[in-house]
Amino acid sequence: MEDINIMEAAERYLRGEMTADETAQFENLRKANAEVDQFVVSHHLFLQQMNNLADTKVFKATLHTIHTDLIEEGKIDSMQLRGKAKLVYLWNRYKRVTAIAASIAGITALSISALVWAFSPRIPAAKLELYDRKFLENESRIKNIEQKEANRDKADHTSTPKKNIKYTSGGTGFIIDAKGYLVTNYHVVAGAKHIAIQNKKGEFVAAVVFIDKAKDLAILKIADDNFKPYSSVPYAISKQGAKLAEPIFTLGYPKDDIVYGQGYLSSLTGFESDTLSCQIEISANHGNSGSPILNKNGEVVGIINGRQLNVEGFTFAIQGKYIFKALDELKKVDTSYNKVRLNTKSTLTGMDRSTQVSKVEDYIYMVKVNN
Amino acid sequence: MDEKALLKGLATNDKWAIETIYKENYNVMQALIINNNGSVDDAKDVFQEAMIVLFEKVRTEGFELHCQLKTYLYSVCRRIWLKRLQQQNRYADPGDNMEAVIDVDEDLEGHERKDMELEMMEKAIGGLGEPCKSLIEAYYLQKKSMQDIAVSFGYTNADNAKTQKYKCLIRLKKIFFAQYKNDW
Repeated sequence: MEDINIMEAAERYLRGEMTADETAQFENLRKANAEVDQFVVSHHLFLQQMNNLADTKVFKATLHTIHTDLIEEGKIDSMQLRGKAKLVYLWNRYKRVTAIAASIAGITALSISALVWAFSPRIPAAKLELYDRKFLENESRIKNIEQKEANRDKADHTSTPKKNIKYTSGGTGFIIDAKGYLVTNYHVVAGAKHIAIQNKKGEFVAAVVFIDKAKDLAILKIADDNFKPYSSVPYAISKQGAKLAEPIFTLGYPKDDIVYGQGYLSSLTGFESDTLSCQIEISANHGNSGSPILNKNGEVVGIINGRQLNVEGFTFAIQGKYIFKALDELKKVDTSYNKVRLNTKSTLTGMDRSTQVSKVEDYIYMVKVNN
Repeated sequence: MDEKALLKGLATNDKWAIETIYKENYNVMQALIINNNGSVDDAKDVFQEAMIVLFEKVRTEGFELHCQLKTYLYSVCRRIWLKRLQQQNRYADPGDNMEAVIDVDEDLEGHERKDMELEMMEKAIGGLGEPCKSLIEAYYLQKKSMQDIAVSFGYTNADNAKTQKYKCLIRLKKIFFAQYKNDW
């Protein structure tokens, strides 16, 4: 075969195995025959690649043998790590991964808790703000008190409640029995050392005779010699309670003078659908705690006790019928209160509002508490 | 030790020279890799690849090393390792606490090209199938004589083996140059 001979010749020529004569002959053939020349060129490239591959393979094998040998002889560091060194090595190797993993875990935890926080329903437990009032010891108030006391001293020397007592908080209370019984919120008088009540008639010392924590009710008795009992109470205490959307009004002491407010009953249940109380739409403030809520007939249908924090107009009130219950309980405990009677017949029916208010305001007191 | 003599030995695949270079440089390079999030196996891989780069370099005509052997190997190892880290989307910044690092990008590019060519050749040989693969490997890679091949492959004489080898070679060249033209 011609080709096989040419290839053999080419291989010998490229490897330099030919004699000088043969080389000259072959070079002549290359010059004469372009095909042969082309073959030699391509075969040269091919053989070069083959040789490179062969040498590299040998070299790689040599490297591998040397590596193994050197480790066995202990001439290079094999890094066969044990114990603490291994731990340190692993730590160094994976500390970045660990740090990243830890950061991701941290971020995930934070974002999940943020999401949970953002989407979970708000727990409103602590959001009921009670409407008792903290007396600020500011100058105008002190001046006001001093002035009032001076006036009172001039007008009535017999009315001298303990003057040294500093009242720190308070609310509103209203007469339920002409003999000198008042109702206010339990939270107004909770923890009180001294209680005094005050309105235009004067200031009297009072004492707690009954409390109901759950209903936030307290009954006070005026225990002051200067107090002259009323002949009667103009408003009635309602057993029925108010109807939804019924117009109502209130009188209380969010500040040192009595304040009138009006609105309507907006829900038959109170804070978090509490069935003991109801919800009213009325402007109320700190100090309104214990204020009576009256309907247009002059019947007390509830007692203001607080509002939902951060929500305007969600004022809550204790339903008036619980005053009866509270009184019944009180009578069970102590029969001496059997004479206490709640008025169930309002004398204010049919009057216009300002007349009603003028008749009622004397029965409403600021309750002042010294803790 | 005279580095020129060592490099000459390296070019001719001299085991003693290779071993000396290996022994004197391996630990430093291993420390480099391990301090930059590599393992012992990574270190071996990278160092041996660097050795191949050096091997290819010393075998090119007109080869000259313009820096210390150690610096060259360090630079190559560093470059290879950074490249691998990048491929794995991991990053490292080995502070160059060694002597100045030299630019070895050109050498590495050359190495990568050669590596691909060699891979192409190996693939072409692998695609031949038996007995051609073994025949070609025995003759061209292991450089056995036709006589020996005829004996070990069971051919009646060297001429028969030669004919067989010729047929295989024609096929191999066809496969190889087909790939070569496609890729280049």
